[in-house]
Amino acid sequence: MSLRIDEDHGRFKQIVRGRIRKNLRQYISQGELIGKQGKDVVSIPIPQIDIPKFRYGDKQKGGVGQGDGDEGDPVGGDPQPGDGQGEAGKDAGQHVLEVDVTLDELAEILGEELELPNIENRGKSKVIDQKDRYVGIRRVGPSSLRHFKRTYKAALRRQIVMGGYDPSNPIVIPTRDDMRFRSWKTEEEPIANAVIIYMMDVSGSMGDEQKEIVRIESFWLDAWLQRQYKGVETRFIIHDAVAREVDRETFFRTRESGGTMISSAYKLAAQMIDSDYPASEWNIYPFHFSDGDNWSVDDTLVCIDLMKKTLLPASNVFCYGQVESPYGSGQFIKDLREHLKDDDRLITSEIRDRDAIVGSIRDFLGKGK
Amino acid sequence: MSAYRLTRRLPRYLRDIQIQVEEVARGYGLDFFPTIFEVVAYDQMNELAAYGGFPVRYPHWRFGMEFEQLAKSSEYGLSKIYEMVINNSPAIAYLLEGNSLVDQKLVMAHVYAHVDFFKNNFAFRATDQGVEQRTGEPIRKWIDTMANHGAIVRRWADRVGIERVEEYVDHCLSLENLIDPQKPFLPTKRKDEREEEETDALELALLRVDRDYMESYINPQAFVDEQREKAAEERERARRIPEHPDRDVLGFLLDHAPLERWERDILAVIRREAYYFWPQMQTKIMNEGWASYWHSRLMTEKLSEDSEIIEYAERNASVLETANGRLNPYKLGVELYRHIEERWDRGQFGKEWEDCETLEARQSWDRRTGLGRKKIFEVRSLYNDVTFIDEFLTPEFVAAQKLYTFGFNQRNDRFEIESRRFHEVKNKLLFSLTNAGQPFIRVVDKNHENRGELLLSHDHQGVDLRLDWAKEVLRSLARIWRRPVEIHTLVDNKPVLLRFDGKEHVQRPLK
Repeated sequence: MSLRIDEDHGRFKQIVRGRIRKNLRQYISQGELIGKQGKDVVSIPIPQIDIPKFRYGDKQKGGVGQGDGDEGDPVGGDPQPGDGQGEAGKDAGQHVLEVDVTLDELAEILGEELELPNIENRGKSKVIDQKDRYVGIRRVGPSSLRHFKRTYKAALRRQIVMGGYDPSNPIVIPTRDDMRFRSWKTEEEPIANAVIIYMMDVSGSMGDEQKEIVRIESFWLDAWLQRQYKGVETRFIIHDAVAREVDRETFFRTRESGGTMISSAYKLAAQMIDSDYPASEWNIYPFHFSDGDNWSVDDTLVCIDLMKKTLLPASNVFCYGQVESPYGSGQFIKDLREHLKDDDRLITSEIRDRDAIVGSIRDFLGKGK
Repeated sequence: MSAYRLTRRLPRYLRDIQIQVEEVARGYGLDFFPTIFEVVAYDQMNELAAYGGFPVRYPHWRFGMEFEQLAKSSEYGLSKIYEMVINNSPAIAYLLEGNSLVDQKLVMAHVYAHVDFFKNNFAFRATDQGVEQRTGEPIRKWIDTMANHGAIVRRWADRVGIERVEEYVDHCLSLENLIDPQKPFLPTKRKDEREEEETDALELALLRVDRDYMESYINPQAFVDEQREKAAEERERARRIPEHPDRDVLGFLLDHAPLERWERDILAVIRREAYYFWPQMQTKIMNEGWASYWHSRLMTEKLSEDSEIIEYAERNASVLETANGRLNPYKLGVELYRHIEERWDRGQFGKEWEDCETLEARQSWDRRTGLGRKKIFEVRSLYNDVTFIDEFLTPEFVAAQKLYTFGFNQRNDRFEIESRRFHEVKNKLLFSLTNAGQPFIRVVDKNHENRGELLLSHDHQGVDLRLDWAKEVLRSLARIWRRPVEIHTLVDNKPVLLRFDGKEHVQRPLK
């Protein structure tokens, strides 16, 4: 049932949205949203919105309470007395309002704030989804699908017509012919499918802070792409000198100490695309994060070769994010740019620190591909 | 319409209870407006609560925020609104759908006492909108008034845009508490009366001279000059607007601020509603205490079946509980009424009682006067929270109810119990109730320093203003006044001036 308050509630939510938008960069760089994720909603703490008035300051004021305790004992065993008499203590401390925002909404706010264009569908929608929808009524079916109201109506109608209905004793007994059941139709609809392949360098030079940056950034990338496509799959590859596929948890936790061969990850990604995600049907988004340190120039050339031959042609865009670390040389991004500077399917971005995450998200998603 | 009727009509079994409760309540002498009960679902209840009980208010996001909070806390099971009643004639009260029968009975008993209080307590006369010619009963059609306020604000929102209106309402609400609660009870001065006073002030106050030749001795030139100066000063003061510092800042702004029509209309709406809600803030303890007193009596003496008494007792206990050292206005109120009733039943009042100092005699004092019931009815009519506490709080009561004062201990960074002494408890309690716990602010001059600036003053009574908020309020004031605004107050016991000129805030010591 719709309520009269919906309008005011909507206005309030709009204000909250405005606040979130205003502080979005801060939320992004602090990464504090991610821990609070529910299934589809994120609960965001924002300072309570109060209407300022001439009021007494809190701490001088105190008040009157009721109960046991000696002089000098804390009130109610709690540093904040809450409502004492009158307004005492009511305003102690800054109240925080937790507002639930759906991931979808959050992505929308992100899109508005960073002015991200919607992704143009490349027409790769050969994958067909089948959906059952209940659309009609039929006379036979399983009793779990029995339509009570329609059945009752049919029985009532029959009984009235046959003169068997007595208003003072309104018992209606359905017969087999009266039974009505819901029926469904299977509809086919094309869906745009997308897969995100995250690759990350977990060699010794990638520290915790670097991984945290990748974690925060991938949260927002996920949110945005999920808004753009129905059913986004994510795959995770970690690599040092060798690459392997892992789950999300492991992806952000693993730390190895070996050397770095980026080509190992690219090879695995190419294999993955080859076997699971035919480029004609899938929108493919490989993201690779590293500190830009590669084992050898030879390996870099192998990487570039792989890119040219398989990865770039298959992908919507290939995004490479280079996280600055005290140990990495940062050479890889230069090599990529040098060898592939004319290819607009490759997007590179340098992420110096947390504050640069926003810019990097815009780099990756700003082209609308 | 039909859906409305279906959801709002009181079911037969509740109607039966209502008739019973009403009869019993009237039998005890309660005197109430006709009362209409409506059964509402929990989300409707939250909506109504967000709107302060009224089905229609002006549009504002703050109601949405209240709703969000209420909805959250009721979904998480942290709170539940059992009843709500609005000061209107006929009174409207809401019952929560799905409550047990005992709860509904209890709520009805509670509500009838509230309505009795609305009708009879003097503070609520400020909400009268006239007198019904035929019956002599006060007119209070606040449901209609609030809906009209909604229409006014909505109409202007359509014309000048919801954003502008809402932003302006935000500013007005910042000033919402700047009203003069006494004003509804003052006779409004007629204009010619005021003029009369002015001409009086012009005459010089010279001494009476019976013989002309004594004139220069009795009224020497120096004296005449002095008187003339005084009179000039007096005239100066009279020319100042307002003549005397005025607590009704909202009313003052309506009269003197350069407002556009839509701004004036909306400010008037906010002001009227502020005056409507004020008596409830002034009588929280008395009103809740009165309702709790009567639901207890009605339920235990007349209404509960034997099988219901345990459930009633449990519910009653949760209403009156004092957890975590908090003061519960329901509890404080009901106990104080009972205390008064007992004292007047036993004749514990008057000079003889006051003078008696032997503990034993005081404890066993019983003159069998039996005036208790009469007295509490009188009290509910003639007092508000401040006078109620001031007159009837006794050392015995403070000790029995374990009241204490608390304050913030900077060193331990926590609130601590400070004292259990009667006078300190009483003073602190009175302070927190005076002016509903809010600072006294007055508008002093509309042409401060002859620059058309608005000057306010804060009557400091020991507690500083919350400065960050005060600055925001000045911003709102400046928006409405359209000229710089200033307030004089004390910060850490030193006179301080806060000023906002439309661009920046100034805070500096006052000479």
